Amino acid sequence: MIDIDGLCVDRSGVRVLADVSLSVADGEFVALVGPNGAGKSTLLGAVGGHLSRAAGSVAVDGDEVGSLSARALARRVATVPQETNFGFDFSVRDVVEMGRHPYRSRFSGDDPDGAAAVERALDRTRTTQFADRSVASLSGGEKQRVLLARALAQSVPTLLLDEPTASLDINHQVRTLDLVAGLEETVVAAIHDLDLAARYCDRVVLLADGSVQAVGTPRAVFTADRLERVFGVDVTVGENPATGTVTVTPTAGVSLGSESD
Amino acid sequence: MLLVGVVVVSAGIGPVHVGPIAVAKVFANAIAVPAGVRMEATALAAPWHAVEWYAPFGYDVDPLYSTIVLQVRLPRIAAGASVGFALAAAGTVMQGLFRNPMADPSIIGVSSGASVGAVAAIVAPVALPFGLGLRASAFVGALVAAVVVYAIATEGGRTPVATLLLAGVAVQTFLGSVTSYLILRSGDSIEEVTYWLMGHLDASRIEEALITGGISFALVVVLYLYAEDLNALLLGETDARSVGVEVEWTKRILLAASSIITGAAVAISGVIGFVGLIVPHALRLIVGPDHRILLPTSALAGASFLVAADTLARSGPAELPVGIVTAAVGAPFFLYLLRKREVSEL
Repeated sequence: MIDIDGLCVDRSGVRVLADVSLSVADGEFVALVGPNGAGKSTLLGAVGGHLSRAAGSVAVDGDEVGSLSARALARRVATVPQETNFGFDFSVRDVVEMGRHPYRSRFSGDDPDGAAAVERALDRTRTTQFADRSVASLSGGEKQRVLLARALAQSVPTLLLDEPTASLDINHQVRTLDLVAGLEETVVAAIHDLDLAARYCDRVVLLADGSVQAVGTPRAVFTADRLERVFGVDVTVGENPATGTVTVTPTAGVSLGSESD
Repeated sequence: MLLVGVVVVSAGIGPVHVGPIAVAKVFANAIAVPAGVRMEATALAAPWHAVEWYAPFGYDVDPLYSTIVLQVRLPRIAAGASVGFALAAAGTVMQGLFRNPMADPSIIGVSSGASVGAVAAIVAPVALPFGLGLRASAFVGALVAAVVVYAIATEGGRTPVATLLLAGVAVQTFLGSVTSYLILRSGDSIEEVTYWLMGHLDASRIEEALITGGISFALVVVLYLYAEDLNALLLGETDARSVGVEVEWTKRILLAASSIITGAAVAISGVIGFVGLIVPHALRLIVGPDHRILLPTSALAGASFLVAADTLARSGPAELPVGIVTAAVGAPFFLYLLRKREVSEL
């Protein structure tokens, strides 16, 4: 469970999140959507404890994120970053085992549940078959699944995903989100693709210019007026005949110049 | 095991050849275990004199061999092993921390600081406060440089490694100019200065080697406790934090420990290049990037490598500073590894 209240974040003197308040219930799958630079990654970073805040509070399962040690926070929240540089030659299993770091004692290295948690994470993300390969040799989609496996190995109630489908082909996009939507964990994901957000998420949070424009079900939030205003492009909102979910199509009359209106 | 073998062989090589068996016997004879404590009136004042030592081995070896091995060669070998151990361990940690296989122990200015300290001690010993000797002065110079670089690169409690790297380069350049100036002013002592800067192991007493070895070993144990955190840091600081690593604290521990280790090594040996760069790199290709394995193997390999290189340095027709040998042997080997890996990956 996540409770954000009056969150403000500054970066290099510029306010990138202004007075954001949001609650996410246990087991929900919430998408953060919005134009580039809207503050989606920043919001995830604030919940994951990766950046300092100018104001406001962020609580996970009732405790302020800033009051938890890195170790304690890593037992509650796991982040799947947008990109990770696998410059060094670790095996997939090595990377997934890093998810057990918050449970291992520095001196004895004991973690009785570790081996089982790693195997289960590999199994759930269907990465068992290349567990012993080097991560450097994997494709973008496979790397994404390995990072998801590492987050699952952390055995946390809350997962934060930054653009989990950005570098994936349509097949892997759907497979990854099928997997994520099927998790019992609470998930907050920054997602660019509005159709995918509408199809998989319980609720969407529309961000623009560092503040929340609308929160609710995809059908309630994705109205043509609102999306045109936020994205600065004419859109048609309809229903996808195959999935029965909301679909958003940018149409002619793209007016990038009116972005500042 | 490799280290023991290298030490035994190395102790036998020199102007007077001593067979490995004889060396082993000399070492065995030198082993002494505390056998008991004499109850005497002086025992309280000087308890270490009251310990009775028992030497379990009593092989019959030429006393000349004993003297050569224990008095002449062993201090130098101990210095080589300690310095190699220290530099390779520090290099491993720096490469991991900077996520850059070209990082080495001197990357945050430690060696440059030590050089200034040492050269100042040689050129103008009277100018140093507290009557610091050459070694202490080099060690202090190393730590001051590291602390300055760290302070420059730290803002609001965070120390980005990219900033640390650039601050290290800038401070190294500055300290290099200070060293150059001191060399210009060195007059008669220029030979001593140059010799120190090239890196050497022959001037060490066994006590000095043991101090460096002891400091390095203790701090490598500390670093080993952070091996997993260092593994996580290889994937980036955001990733490391998200799996529960206290990133800034861990960086501070790693930087402090490896700077002290490097300073302790440089203080007795001068600047020996390449050990801290090439040994961790070579071992990473052999045992992989996991620091739980890489750190200890790399430290031991560094010790073996430097003892071997120094043996080579002193067994030629003219004795060379070991720094010349490590660079001359290390660079081609490094290029070989680089090529081999590229070829096998393509």
